[in-house]
Amino acid sequence: MVAVTGLVLLGFVIGHLLGNLQIFLGPDWINSYAEHLRDLGPLLWFVRAFLLVNVVAHIYYTIRLTIDNRRARPNAYAQKDYVKASFASRYMWLSGLVVLAFIIYHLAHFTLVVADPRLATLKLDALQRHDVYSMMVYGFRNVIVSAFYVLAMFLLMLHLTHGASSFFQSLGWNDKTMTPHLARWGRVFAWLIFIGYVSIPLAVLLGLVQPAQPL
Amino acid sequence: MIGTLESRIPSGPLDKKWSSYKDHARLVSPANRRKLDVIVVGSGLAGGSAAATLGEQGYNVKCFCFQDSPRRAHSIAAQGGINAAKNYQNDGDSVFRLFYDTIKGGDFRSREANVYRLAEVSNSIIDQCVEQGVPFAREYGGLLANRSFGGAQVSRTFYARGQTGQQLLLGCYQALCRQIAAGTVKMFPHTEMLDVVLVDGHAKGIITRNLETGDIHAHASDAVVLATGGYGNVFYLSTNARGSNVTATYRAYRKGALFANPCYTQIHPTCIPVSGQHQSKLTLMSESLRNDGRVWVPNKQGDTRSPEQIPEEERDYYLERKYPSFGNLAPRDISSRSAKEACDDGRGVGPGGRGVFLDFADAINRLGETTIRERYGNLFDIYEKITGEDAYNRPMRIYPAVHYTMGGLWVDYNLMSNVPGLHVIGEANFSDHGANRLGASALMQGLADGYFVLPYTLPTYLAGQIGKRPTVDHPEFHKAETGVRERISKMIGVNGTRSVDSFHRELGLLLWDKCGMARNAAGLREALRKIPEIRGRFWREVRVPGSGEEFNQSLERAGRVADYLEFAELMCTDALERDESCGGHFREEHQTPDGEALRDDVNFASAFAWEFQGNGTIAPPKLHREPLEFETLELAQRSYK
Amino acid sequence: MNFKLRVWRQKTGAAKGKLADYPANDVSPDTSFLEMLDLVNDRLIEGGEEPIAFESDCREGICGTCCLTINGEAHGPDHPGAACQLYMRRFKEGETITVEPFRAKPFRFVKDLVVNRSALDRIVQAGGFVSARSGSAPEANSIPVPKQNADRAMEAAACIGCGACAAACPNASAMLFTSAKVSHLALLPQGDPERTNRVLNMVSVMDEEGFGNCTNTYECEAVCPAEISASFIAKLNREYAVATLRKKLGG
Repeated sequence: MVAVTGLVLLGFVIGHLLGNLQIFLGPDWINSYAEHLRDLGPLLWFVRAFLLVNVVAHIYYTIRLTIDNRRARPNAYAQKDYVKASFASRYMWLSGLVVLAFIIYHLAHFTLVVADPRLATLKLDALQRHDVYSMMVYGFRNVIVSAFYVLAMFLLMLHLTHGASSFFQSLGWNDKTMTPHLARWGRVFAWLIFIGYVSIPLAVLLGLVQPAQPL
Repeated sequence: MIGTLESRIPSGPLDKKWSSYKDHARLVSPANRRKLDVIVVGSGLAGGSAAATLGEQGYNVKCFCFQDSPRRAHSIAAQGGINAAKNYQNDGDSVFRLFYDTIKGGDFRSREANVYRLAEVSNSIIDQCVEQGVPFAREYGGLLANRSFGGAQVSRTFYARGQTGQQLLLGCYQALCRQIAAGTVKMFPHTEMLDVVLVDGHAKGIITRNLETGDIHAHASDAVVLATGGYGNVFYLSTNARGSNVTATYRAYRKGALFANPCYTQIHPTCIPVSGQHQSKLTLMSESLRNDGRVWVPNKQGDTRSPEQIPEEERDYYLERKYPSFGNLAPRDISSRSAKEACDDGRGVGPGGRGVFLDFADAINRLGETTIRERYGNLFDIYEKITGEDAYNRPMRIYPAVHYTMGGLWVDYNLMSNVPGLHVIGEANFSDHGANRLGASALMQGLADGYFVLPYTLPTYLAGQIGKRPTVDHPEFHKAETGVRERISKMIGVNGTRSVDSFHRELGLLLWDKCGMARNAAGLREALRKIPEIRGRFWREVRVPGSGEEFNQSLERAGRVADYLEFAELMCTDALERDESCGGHFREEHQTPDGEALRDDVNFASAFAWEFQGNGTIAPPKLHREPLEFETLELAQRSYK
Repeated sequence: MNFKLRVWRQKTGAAKGKLADYPANDVSPDTSFLEMLDLVNDRLIEGGEEPIAFESDCREGICGTCCLTINGEAHGPDHPGAACQLYMRRFKEGETITVEPFRAKPFRFVKDLVVNRSALDRIVQAGGFVSARSGSAPEANSIPVPKQNADRAMEAAACIGCGACAAACPNASAMLFTSAKVSHLALLPQGDPERTNRVLNMVSVMDEEGFGNCTNTYECEAVCPAEISASFIAKLNREYAVATLRKKLGG
């Protein structure tokens, strides 16, 4: 179940990145993209609910799994070395928790607009759409926000270096010849996601992307 | 003596004996099988397959092993393969040929009828194992592959990489697991048998010790089956597992079962030599290495130069010199003895001068390193792991080591000892290999006994025993249990200064020297004088820390070594009495002018079955002879020139 | 060579255990790790102390009896190989070596470095076999098996049942062990009739015994002395999914 829900969330991570990268295409693109999402109406709420259920299920099953796993070794080793198990694979719960904290903050920040009251004062754009573009730019101009964002993305990347190949194994879609390729492409994929997401705050901080309206 | 020394071989022509036996043997009805309890001691190929099959037939089986799981029995370490007369290779094999090769390989010291039966059921073993999912090697067409092995001119050996023993054992372990789950077999792992209990002269139970808790328990049954393997560890160093021991069979011997041919031990020529005092066991390297390796020692005594510095003309390729037609492929016993001679002559190599070179330089020049790597890569790796030397660049060092014991408790055609109810199967009995065992036939015998022979012969005894099982309240059980407890307290009570292993090592060295690859009357007499001395010191100086009521490995070993210290005397007595050379038993007094074993068929074409004498003390054992009659084959001298 | 050993000493499962220090001096580099322990034990006995309990049998890496965690790694630093195939030349002069038992809840503690691994036997008892009555088997060559399947089955069947996979796994999971037996039998036609129940029952007993879950860290295959590949775990997951589906559909 962890693998199945993880796979759904992985799909969201890809989709969300593609959406966000539209910032580089200018305010018109991304604002209309956001407007389209809103126009979906009940469907959007359905997708949101589905994602939420997945997040909850992913966490629930992980907690159960972790409790089981802790119980399976009540007496710890005095000294333990790992030969192959990567840091990422052993600390999925940690990277997962930080990413979760980030998601909550992120929603508060951009979707509910409670973290930064200034963003609520942004006017609609020329076509009466939410100016998502400017919201993102102003959001990321805050160095602390961006730093947290980059850190969260880094942990997400770690989470995915393991997770993005691991579900193949858990779902039984793996065999001996595929294993090394899966591991490699899983890492490449995770780094691409990281670079993709991090490019936005970097671009904002470097001044490559400017807001469409003053605050 | 309890019972009789009757072989109970069925009458009739050799090839009809087993089928006519099965047609007329007594049966036990399914309803009565539920009322009968059978104890099986040991869970290797013989014990595991017997317990599984008897459980499947509906008997209540209790199976015991000292290992922590039945899957770890030492059968697991067999590498090479298992013989069967399938003739899949269309090279003229047959049941008769397998029978003939086995008798000849055993130097005409085994029973024709038993060996023929073994060859006959060999094919069923392969069928059975394949059905269990044993992943034997296959050809590209999907059919089973075979390879050739020593002592035969046909390819009849089935194999699963270099792990045939493991795969066969796992097959029978899984069959056993199925019966454990079905409730027909109750398994007692980490449990050692310390005595057999006789009630009115019949074997009706055993006394065991739980190795984890130290609990002593009595178990009653309608019959007892011993499948406890060989006694190669009497030499301390052997290729056997550390835990392999003689205790079960030796305790049965002390209770009146006859021990047959204890002097027949097999020494394997290609093992990794001893590297120092610390060594605890020896590792076998497959004999196949001799196909491409050349065996040599320096001409000069005490030559400590490294091998590449010794020029060609200063090397003695002694096997090629002495046996020009067989060369490096001379049979096991001959190559083992030649290595010993060279080392006795002071020309051995490596630490302690106990080793000879097995050189692949010529083969690498001729075939290229790649080919050699393909053929023997894993063996070269094992060698490097153990010795730290790279055999591609410098010759391997090898030396013979004790590997298998052909002797064991005497049994009749039913695999029952002279003690009614006490059955003995696998390496623990003496029956099928005579004075020397051929490669790939130990696995065959273990599984034949367990799957296909004992399940047919055991009812012959059990049919008359329904309702006769005593309870563990019988005084004989109390007596045996008390004996076991007293012995444990006595061992702990010595409280001396020396470890158990140090005595075992001392005994092993003496036996290896006097009753090893070559024996003579003077040496054996000396050993017979020294063994009681060591035994005396053991009981005065050994130190067994801890108590009997806990997991105590020193105590386990002390019991086993104490038995070895008595058994060794029996072995040397047998070796002295058998005043001829045959198979693995080489008496220096009896050899042809060119150093071959010289049999004496007039006086020694018989099995020597020894009866324990003495009450509490150890008196010289009493000899009974079972003459071996050769109705089908003619006795012939082996020649490998 | 000389070493400093830190060995786990614990009398029984109920008692409290601790690491104790022992010197291991004058050890030849050609000594195996277990022989080095023999040596230490001999000296302990002669000095009137209780020897360190540890199990071993074949001492050539096939029986799976030895179960030591050496310097935090199951079977020690020399992979692939069992602890009995580890030689002292692999360590540095004067090195401190920590020795602990295999730790996992289903491996019931016995003494010092000895644990009881019968939980693994019970997993096999749940279905790791082919129900073939002795003497009832058809002629061995009547069902050809493609060589690549036979070879792959052999790779899985090579498992020595030592339990290092569970001991090394951060979650103490026995998936590698279970998957090896499930895969071995699933790859052969003889194992096919019982395939569905086998995987379901073995996995359920594995869970009941208290082993943890697989999180694909692949630590198991790294320490496996028989080089069992973790891709068999993927096969187990596949077999399990198919079997569950087949059961649900009433197959």
